[in-house]
Amino acid sequence: MTMKWRGWALATGVLAISAMAQAAPPTAAMLSNACAGCHGTNGGSAGPSMPSLAGQSKEAIVDAMKKFKSGARPATVMGRLAKGFSDADFVAMGEYFSKQKLHPTNQSLDTAKIAKGASLQEANCGRCHIEDGKEGKDDTPAMASQWLPYLQIQMADYLSGKRKMPEKMEEKVKPMSKQDLDALLHFYASVK
Amino acid sequence: MTLDRRNFIKLLGGASSLALAACAGTGGGLSGPTGGRRVVVVGGGYGGTIAAKYIRMMDSSIEVVLIERNDHFVSCPFSNLYIGGLMKDLSPLTIKYDKLTANHGVKVLQAEVTGVDAAKKVVMTSSGEVTYDRLVLSPGIDFRTEEIKGYDAKSTPETIPHAWKAGPQTILLRKQLEAMPDGGTVVLSIPLAPFRCPPGPYERTSMIAMFLKQHKPKSKIIVLDANPDIVSKKGLFLKGWKKHYQGIVDYRPAKKVTEVNVGKKTVTIEGIEDVKGDVINLIPPQRAGHIAVVAGLVGPDKNWCPVNPTTFESTIHKGIHVIGDACVAGAMPKSGYSANSEAKACATNIVNTMNGKELIDFSGINTCYSFLSAKEAVEVTGVYTVDKAKNAIIAVPGSVGVSPDLSEIEAIYAESWLKNILTEMST
Repeated sequence: MTMKWRGWALATGVLAISAMAQAAPPTAAMLSNACAGCHGTNGGSAGPSMPSLAGQSKEAIVDAMKKFKSGARPATVMGRLAKGFSDADFVAMGEYFSKQKLHPTNQSLDTAKIAKGASLQEANCGRCHIEDGKEGKDDTPAMASQWLPYLQIQMADYLSGKRKMPEKMEEKVKPMSKQDLDALLHFYASVK
Repeated sequence: MTLDRRNFIKLLGGASSLALAACAGTGGGLSGPTGGRRVVVVGGGYGGTIAAKYIRMMDSSIEVVLIERNDHFVSCPFSNLYIGGLMKDLSPLTIKYDKLTANHGVKVLQAEVTGVDAAKKVVMTSSGEVTYDRLVLSPGIDFRTEEIKGYDAKSTPETIPHAWKAGPQTILLRKQLEAMPDGGTVVLSIPLAPFRCPPGPYERTSMIAMFLKQHKPKSKIIVLDANPDIVSKKGLFLKGWKKHYQGIVDYRPAKKVTEVNVGKKTVTIEGIEDVKGDVINLIPPQRAGHIAVVAGLVGPDKNWCPVNPTTFESTIHKGIHVIGDACVAGAMPKSGYSANSEAKACATNIVNTMNGKELIDFSGINTCYSFLSAKEAVEVTGVYTVDKAKNAIIAVPGSVGVSPDLSEIEAIYAESWLKNILTEMST
C-alpha cells in the first residue's frame, strides 16, 4: 500500500522533492551540462577561442583533461577546473560529448589557404588526424570544423613550447613554415 | 482573474499558439488543471532562460512557460565594459527569447509577476493568473534601499544610478561620466557582501578609471567599500590599479554609505563623513528579487532564499524552486555562470521528479571574468558539489582559484565566454 502510494506520488510529482534524501551521483549529463556555459549547449561552441567538444573522441577529451589536471597542458581556467573532477568524471564527460553531433562552425576562412592546407594535410598529418581531421588515431583530437582562432592559439602554444607536441607531430611541424601551418589550420577549420 | 487568452496567444506567436489554443479548446488553458505537466519559470536572465530551455530539451512533453517583464534581457556581465567605453552600445549584451520558442517550444509570456499562491500553485501576473505544477523563480536581485537614508527607490536612481541591473541604468552612468568635467570626482559605493557578482564593483572601478585616464585625466574615482577589504580577486585588482590607474583610483575599505543627498550630490559614511561626487554610482545593499520576497521565500535573514542543494527547491514552500542570485547556494558565488549551472541541475531534477525518476546530485561550475584594462582580464573558477553531511553546496578542493596575473589571453577567452553563454541562453 505504502509502495503503491509512493509510486503514484513519484509519478505525479506530488511528493515533495526535498523529502527524498537520497540522490544518485552526478550523471554524465549533469557533469557535461556545466561545461556548456563556455563550450556551448551539448558542446557546440559559439565562441571562437573555445573548442567545440561535440563529436570529439572520448579518448581525446580524457587525455586533455588529464593533462590539464597535471599541468602538462598549458591552461587558464582548465587547469583548475580539471582538478574538480575525477578520472571517472573525465570518462563520463568524454563519452557524453563524443556522442553529440559535430557542430559545424560558421566562420569566414581564406579559400586559398584552405586549398593549400588540403594539399599538405594528407602527407603531413593524415596518419593521426584521419578522415580530414574528422577523427583522430587513439587520443588524437578531431579538428574538423573547430574555430580557427582556437586552433591558432593551440598552435602558438605548441610552437612556443608551452604545449608539448607528440614526437611524430614535432617531426612534421618543426620543418614547416608558419604559412603552411596556418594553411593547415584553415583547412581543418573548414571541414564540415 | 484569469489570463487574457487572446493576449497571451498573441505574445506566444506561431506554432505554439496553435498548441495552446487547442489546449484552451479542451478546457485546459493557462489557469485550469494541467495534469501535472506545466513548469512556470519566472525571470528571463542567466538562470531562467537555461532552466526553461533545458527542461524542454530533457522532456518536450512538459509545457514550459517563461514569464519575463521585458521582451529582452541585457547581461550584467560585460556591462562594465560599456561603461568604460569599450562598447558602442548594449547590443552585444542583449538577447531575445524568440529562438527559445522556435527551437525548444518555450512559451514566453511578457508580463509582470505580482504574486505567487504556493498552496494553489498559481502565479499572479499583470496578464492574469497562470497555474503551475512546478515553479522556478530566477528573479535576480532587488535593493535594500530602506537602509540608505534619503534614498527613494524610484527617483534616486534616476540621478544617482546603481547600474547593477544592466540596461537604462548602465547607459545613464556612462552618460554621466561623459558629461562630467575633467577634474571631476566619481564616487563608487560598494555594499556589504553578499551581493550580485562579487568582483563586479572592482571591475567597474577599473573600467571607470580606464575611461577617466583616457578622457578626463585630471579626474579620479573614490571607491567607498562597506566591506573590510576587496571581496574578490584582491591581489589582481590591486596589481591592475597600480599598473594602470595610479593616482586615479582612491580605494577606501570599511566605508559604509548610510545616507545619500541627491541635491548636494553627497553620500554619508556611517552618518558622519560626507563625500561629494560629480558622478555618484551608489550600489545599494541587496536581497533576492522582489517576487521572492512577496512569495515568502526568503529565509531568516529576510534577504535570500534557502533551497535544497540538490533540487533548488525552496525549503519554505514546496513546489517552488529558486535559482541564481536570489538563492542561497552555499559556496557558489552570485554569478551568471553559477545561475547557469544551478538552472541545469534544477531542470534535471524537476524533470526526473515529474517522470518518477531518481534525483541526481548537483555538480556545477563557476567561471567569472573581470577586465582590468581594454585588453587585459582575470578570472576566478571553481567546481562545486554537494556535501551530504552539511547538506550544502561546497567547492571541490583545488578547483577554486584565480588567474596568476593580468593577461590578454584571458580577455580573449572572456569574449568567447560571453558569446557562448549568451548563445546558450537565447538559442
